[in-house]
Amino acid sequence: MSGTLMNGAKIVLECLLREKVDCIFGYPGGVTLPLYDAMYDHSIRHILVRHEQNACFAAEGYARATGKVGVCCATSGPGATNLVTGLVDAMMDSIPVVAITGQVSTKLIGSDAFQEADTFGITRSCTKHNFLVKQLADLPQAIHEAFHIAATGRPGPVLVDIPKDVLQGQAHYQPVSAIHLPGYRVYTEGHAGQIRRAAQMIWDAKKPFVYAGGGILAAEASEELRAFVEAIDAPAVLTLMALGALPGSHPNFISMPGMHGSYAANLAMTECDLLIALGTRFDDRVTGRLSAFAPHAKVIHLDIDPAEISKNRNADLPIVGDAKRVLKKMIQALEETLEMRPKNAPARAAWRAQVAEWKREHPLEPEISADEIKPQHLVSEIDRLSGGEAIVASDVGQHQMWAAQLLRFNQPRLWINSGGLGSMGFGLPAAIGAQMARPDKLVFALVGDGGFQMSIPELATIANQGLPLKIVVMNNGHLGMVRQWQELFYNNRLSQVRLDSFPDVEKLAGAYGFTGRTVERPQELRAALEACVREPGPYLLNVRVSPFENVYPMVPAGAAINEMVLSAPQPVEVG
Amino acid sequence: MLQLISLLMENKPGALMRVTGLLSARGYNIESLTVARTLDPELSRMSIVVDIEPSQRGQLIKQMNKLINVLQASDLTESPAVRRELVLLRVRATMQNRQAILKEAEIFGARAVDSSVEGFALEATGDPEKLDEFIGVMSAYGEIEVTRGGLVAVSLEAKKLKLAPPIQKEEGVLHNG
Ligand SMILES: Cc1ncc(C[n+]2csc(CCOP(=O)(O)OP(=O)(O)O)c2C)c(N)n1
Ligand SMILES: [Mg+2]
Repeated sequence: MSGTLMNGAKIVLECLLREKVDCIFGYPGGVTLPLYDAMYDHSIRHILVRHEQNACFAAEGYARATGKVGVCCATSGPGATNLVTGLVDAMMDSIPVVAITGQVSTKLIGSDAFQEADTFGITRSCTKHNFLVKQLADLPQAIHEAFHIAATGRPGPVLVDIPKDVLQGQAHYQPVSAIHLPGYRVYTEGHAGQIRRAAQMIWDAKKPFVYAGGGILAAEASEELRAFVEAIDAPAVLTLMALGALPGSHPNFISMPGMHGSYAANLAMTECDLLIALGTRFDDRVTGRLSAFAPHAKVIHLDIDPAEISKNRNADLPIVGDAKRVLKKMIQALEETLEMRPKNAPARAAWRAQVAEWKREHPLEPEISADEIKPQHLVSEIDRLSGGEAIVASDVGQHQMWAAQLLRFNQPRLWINSGGLGSMGFGLPAAIGAQMARPDKLVFALVGDGGFQMSIPELATIANQGLPLKIVVMNNGHLGMVRQWQELFYNNRLSQVRLDSFPDVEKLAGAYGFTGRTVERPQELRAALEACVREPGPYLLNVRVSPFENVYPMVPAGAAINEMVLSAPQPVEVG
Repeated sequence: MLQLISLLMENKPGALMRVTGLLSARGYNIESLTVARTLDPELSRMSIVVDIEPSQRGQLIKQMNKLINVLQASDLTESPAVRRELVLLRVRATMQNRQAILKEAEIFGARAVDSSVEGFALEATGDPEKLDEFIGVMSAYGEIEVTRGGLVAVSLEAKKLKLAPPIQKEEGVLHNG
């Protein structure tokens, strides 16, 4: 027999090395003992989190900050079930993650053994694909297939469940030379005829509009997006997932669209005659009432996932392909048809002027008060310090929406948030993953007082790893987003949304050995943030903001996106 | 409406669960489902009849094609295909109507596969509507018990099977296509 004799656990690590994995987020247990034994003297770095959910969130943060596959690891039973929220989160946002779970020994599977759970069954719907490896001979193949599936096409989470006896078994390890997934077809090139027709439609349009989503990041197509937007000189929105895909200061960029999108973004989306949707999925938070969404527009829809095309909104011109490759070809096709450009030039100039006018009418601007710190004020101060260069990992709620509205990102992969699933507790562990991936970067974890308390245990991980994270709690004393809905739609009957007994952050951070501080006065905010950033180590800054602020504009559930509530304390009649 | 889907898929543990999971996640009811190995023992052929809004048919096929274990999902609802179902039926017979039952069975192309003083076990194949009629007629003769096998179908159009080629693993990472 050729190949080196080693156990399954070692083989797992060898395969991870071949996939260029440099860091695993995980938590050990009974059936992963062989794996952790193999890690004892192995070069791959393991980050011990304090809860498996956070291992998956951290792996996501790592993946979102780099585009590389994030790796997490958990034991069988409770370890694996704790991963589930993270896996669904990665699934919803198309984030490449490989999860490795231990399973009870093959002969015990199905016997209700200690810490047995049907991980393969439970995670079937939370993953892009999953494996239960019952034979050691299949192990290397499964691991490499998992990485391939996670990272290619529309990315997503893949789980590999490995029974303890497979991890313990000995085999002659030989590196896999090829993998074969005959049913896994990825179409990257885009149909040449469709691309030509797209160019035609673009020049024919009087009010073209670009709506770009997370697919741009997944395809690393930001440069191409920018060149495309400039070639057609159309206004553009970026979804919550895609902020940074165009620089925040780009003249064609409006803002995020949708439920908390800007007036200009939502009006322009409603009025355009050509909607160019790029790597995006017409999420209900973007479209509002679908029947009233972009009613005058023809739709060009580019996506790598054929199932997204015409799922929610019919595409007049579908293109299945990789955003980077197809956008390059589109730019080429536009250049080849440049003689068509002057045709609608005056109409398009008027359209741009109209959108600029809407932007002026209702800009997204931070509110500032001398008496209390407005949440928007806090976000704008973070923005000032970041200068579009820092990584901001956000949690879920009002603070997330204000951040998405007001922060500017010069590059992609700086804005990290849970978009599709909206999982509270995401921000802090995701920031850990991002900081591990980008030790050179200033990383903020911008979290609500609710979500922060869901991931407090990770303060230990931060202290333990010495990560210089800047944890900023936007503390409004409430589950703010839920409070906002109760105020607006449930007669202000505030039910179970007050967050009393928030811990004293000086003591809390102090207990972990780093600095914590609370600020309440607007006059102190800037200096407090500067001190937080200056600190070489981690810092927990608790910012008391006005407790009853609402996020506007807001499109009420079921309304069309041009039926926005701009600032009224009561929702206007929609119809 | 009822949609007829034919799937060619890898014969692997969990593959069936992925398909039925897609359907149950969308709240679709499976009317019938048959699955068996193909000539190539590594593959299975599945025929599914599912109750679905007509507007969702295309989306469902795309979702099925996305499953890693599915090599091809085709919608046979409106395309040329042969559809057949097997029915096994036990009918209680009296000494008086035994002959009549066998005669009637013959009209439907059914065969007696077991006979006892209590009655017959009959086997019939055909398209589902024909079998509905057969079952209806038999129930007129006496108490019956029926097991239907579910629809199996074969497309009459040659559809090109597009498969992903193997991916070579070089020094470091895997390269896609
Ligand atoms: C795990 C989880 N549970 C519940 C929710 C529902 N939810 C959405 S926003 C929100 C309030 C978040 O409060 P906080 O973290 O203080 O942020 P704020 O909205 O006040 O900025 C809640 C409870 C959720 N998104 N995720
Ligand atoms: Mg709050």
